[in-house]
Amino acid sequence: MASESTYTYQFDTAVYKGAVTFPTQLFINGEFVDPVNKGTIDLINPATCKDIARVSVGDCEDIELAAQAARAAFKEHWGLKAPGAARSKLLHKLADLVDANTDQIAALEALNVGKTFHAAKAQDLPITSSVLRYYAGWADKIQGKSIQTTPDKIGFTRHQPIGVVGVIVPWNFPLSTLIMKLAPALACGNTIVAKPSEFTPLSALFLCTLIREAGFPRGVVNIVPGYGDTAGQAVGESMIIDKVAFTGSTLTGRKIMEAAAKSNLKKISLELGGKSPSIIFDDADIDQAVKWAINGIFMNQGELCIAGSRIYVQAGIYDDFLQKFTETAQCLSVGDPFSPDTFQGPQISERQFERVMGYIKSGQEDGATLRLGGERHGTEGYFIQPTVFTECTPNMKIVQEEIFGPVAAIMKFSAEEEVIEQANNTTYGLACSVYTKDIDRAMRVASNIEAGTAWVNFTNWPDLGLPVGGFKQSGAGKDLGEDALENYTNVKAVHINIGIKI
Amino acid sequence: MPSAFTHEFNTPAFKGKVSFSTGLFINGQFLDGSDKTTIDVINPTNGKVITSVSEGTPKDVDLAVDAAHAAFDTTWGLHAPGAQRSILMSKLVAIMEKNADELAALEALDNGKTFNWARNVDVAGSIDCIRYYAGWADKVTGQVQETTEDKLTYTRHEPIGVVGQIIPWNFPLLMMAWKLGPALACGNTIILKPSEFTPLTAIRMCHLINEAGFPPGVVNVISGYGNTVGNAISSHMRIEKVAFTGSTLVGRKIMESAAKSNLKNVTLELGGKSPNIIFDDADLEQAVNWAAFGIFWNHGQTCCAGSRIYVQEGIYDEFLKRFTEKTRSLKVGDPFAPDTFQGPQVSEIQFNRIMSYIESGKAAGAKVEIGGERHGTEGYFIKPTIFTNVDPSMKIVQEEIFGPVGVVIKFKDEEDVIKQANDTVYGLAAAVFTQNLNRAINTAHKLKAGTAWINCVNSLHSNVPFGGFKQSGIGRELGEYALANYTAVKSVHVNLGHRM
Repeated sequence: MASESTYTYQFDTAVYKGAVTFPTQLFINGEFVDPVNKGTIDLINPATCKDIARVSVGDCEDIELAAQAARAAFKEHWGLKAPGAARSKLLHKLADLVDANTDQIAALEALNVGKTFHAAKAQDLPITSSVLRYYAGWADKIQGKSIQTTPDKIGFTRHQPIGVVGVIVPWNFPLSTLIMKLAPALACGNTIVAKPSEFTPLSALFLCTLIREAGFPRGVVNIVPGYGDTAGQAVGESMIIDKVAFTGSTLTGRKIMEAAAKSNLKKISLELGGKSPSIIFDDADIDQAVKWAINGIFMNQGELCIAGSRIYVQAGIYDDFLQKFTETAQCLSVGDPFSPDTFQGPQISERQFERVMGYIKSGQEDGATLRLGGERHGTEGYFIQPTVFTECTPNMKIVQEEIFGPVAAIMKFSAEEEVIEQANNTTYGLACSVYTKDIDRAMRVASNIEAGTAWVNFTNWPDLGLPVGGFKQSGAGKDLGEDALENYTNVKAVHINIGIKI
Repeated sequence: MPSAFTHEFNTPAFKGKVSFSTGLFINGQFLDGSDKTTIDVINPTNGKVITSVSEGTPKDVDLAVDAAHAAFDTTWGLHAPGAQRSILMSKLVAIMEKNADELAALEALDNGKTFNWARNVDVAGSIDCIRYYAGWADKVTGQVQETTEDKLTYTRHEPIGVVGQIIPWNFPLLMMAWKLGPALACGNTIILKPSEFTPLTAIRMCHLINEAGFPPGVVNVISGYGNTVGNAISSHMRIEKVAFTGSTLVGRKIMESAAKSNLKNVTLELGGKSPNIIFDDADLEQAVNWAAFGIFWNHGQTCCAGSRIYVQEGIYDEFLKRFTEKTRSLKVGDPFAPDTFQGPQVSEIQFNRIMSYIESGKAAGAKVEIGGERHGTEGYFIKPTIFTNVDPSMKIVQEEIFGPVGVVIKFKDEEDVIKQANDTVYGLAAAVFTQNLNRAINTAHKLKAGTAWINCVNSLHSNVPFGGFKQSGIGRELGEYALANYTAVKSVHVNLGHRM
């Protein structure tokens, strides 16, 4: 391997000590290589604003090289040439390697993103290896149908891999969103060109070493960190990439869809933003609802597509709920991601910080009541206090638009019909939560909210077996569950004439 | 305390030492049978005793059922989420891989099949089967139906509970894997009876199951005889399902016991007399090779063996010449010699049975093209045998011989040969050799069998279902289909507002 460069970061923290070495180059055709134009980016630690390391970023030429490598690999030794059982074993092996390196990867993720080490280790990493194992189990179960027609012909479908799949993932859950795409795509026999966010490539780069160690043939997985408007756009526009799976903002999702339309009409699946309502009825278990609702908006610094950012509380319990919610939010510990009792780390970047602060300002300007927080936390890094607005009205920006930060908008409601209408008054439709003990109401509300996921009596509880994906402008297609396989297969119908004469 | 089987392998194919307890495996422990008796395990290459294993009785089955119910109600069933069952099964796969050579050696020693076949088919296939079903464990899904606005309905695919599994001696480890895989994936607990002729790999697996960390009582293995332990399982009032692979004769008894006891769900994988139809335009060399594999692989001790070979008249003479040559080249001998194709039959009973079929063929006037007698003077070896000049009414054409004895029959007419092929109480498998697309598919569809092979024979995969029509069985193993054998479907209706 000619001149593969790496960087070693020394961790010396309360929760993790150790040296973690990661590659700094692009991973194309089984090798770590410099980008054609030698682009680099200096990664910033959002907790301290200090440099972490300098790594390569690719642009259009590198995406093209990666796509060609992926196309060749698909033709020569992947696709249907690699039986499902073989794909299954490789995915299992990768899962084992992820588990063996959990602490190291969690440390990189916490360092790069600003999420706490505890959250990375307890959530991001286990989800990653579980998703790999779950789809390893599907790899030899991609089944078509044999369809009864007439005695003089037979018809059946084959669920074939699509070919080269482009994957573009964001910075809030860099590793787990990457794996949620890679795992089903690989299970179905596709090859991959992945573009992690330019801000948060570290876990993906580390993963490349494990992909190689697991024994995936060269070119099956290619990883090119880069900027959205260059590398990302190149994925959307590529004439060799057959499908793109994107997780990110609705704004960028539109660009991807447009690029696909203008190039080769590649298939797309999009997992976009949300403004998910949590609806808490009078008969809810208030203490539980408070805890879930807190987690719903403040988890991962509020940088969560499914965040329960609009909280509707029925009048009968409003005061009680608000008091408990505010008290709990007040106690959330904000600070160093590597401190054992931190709940919330910094926002990912200066730009995101400014954006969230801008929304907080607009909330105040629009007349909402700032019940808690609203300011920067500390003087170093991109920390924002957990923030609570009340007396919000439907047209306020903080109620309509996705803030992607630790800002909750709480509203009072009286009747079920009214709150369902308000909950649906949004262009988004990613998720929703309803809190009630009444069986009829639970089912009714869950059914009537226009969202891809409805949680009853909890929020943000992932389950690999159930699909995730948005209605309306929250996206198209599904991640997780059996449904995700549809995104990564092409259905071919085969008809065989065994007696029809003309 | 049950004894341990200790053995030093020093053979060309495998060298190594094994040592493990041969007790009954109940609730995670190895125990003596309640009558403290044992069963001798015989080496079929020489008729000598290899070791003895504990013998189970109906009382031991009761103990196992108690353990299995306790596990189902606490540590298994719906108490162990699919993902957890999947992880344990994957662990078992890894441990089997580590012990693959040893398992193959034990299988060859106990059953008489060659080490190479055992390693490359039986053990590899068993590992693949468990691996395949580990992937299903967290994917056993029901449906949601749309009825009316004021109702929610869905189905749950729940585990049945305690299931009984009775397996034969021809592919001891592989048959165990085919049973354990789907049953464990779906969350059931298990009472398994291996054949009294070939218990060694099943018992060894119990040690691996413990090593993998399955909770005690999830898998229980009781060595014993069909008319005691087998009967106790099929007639047990607290075993809710029985799965059996073996002869059609015994299959009837199992079904009868189930009917007379608690109407437990029954799946059966029984015998066959599978036809292999070779048309004029077949690739002749391939047809010869597959036909030989079809009847002589595993010493003919294969339920789906292509034992009736129908050859169209245009190629009959050439086929027979080449098939006889091919058969002559199959080496019979020591299972542990690297170039052996065929070892001994599994037991003296089987040897006698097959020899008597051969005698009946000769007595009825069929012609022996090759073989037709014992091989050597020690052990239960029989020469690969081809009969021609047969008549449909002959026993060797009608009945399942379960040995290396094939009948070759000339045919002229396509419609007639399909009728002949289907003229049997069996319906396990069938094969057709032709290059013609229409004929291949039409013939495959017309053959009344659970598996139709086109231009191949005895070709199985973990993800493709296998099972019989007619008296060859009930239900399907392998593939997603096997899950249906091990789930109980519950429909849940939630009334969300309809008032009476």
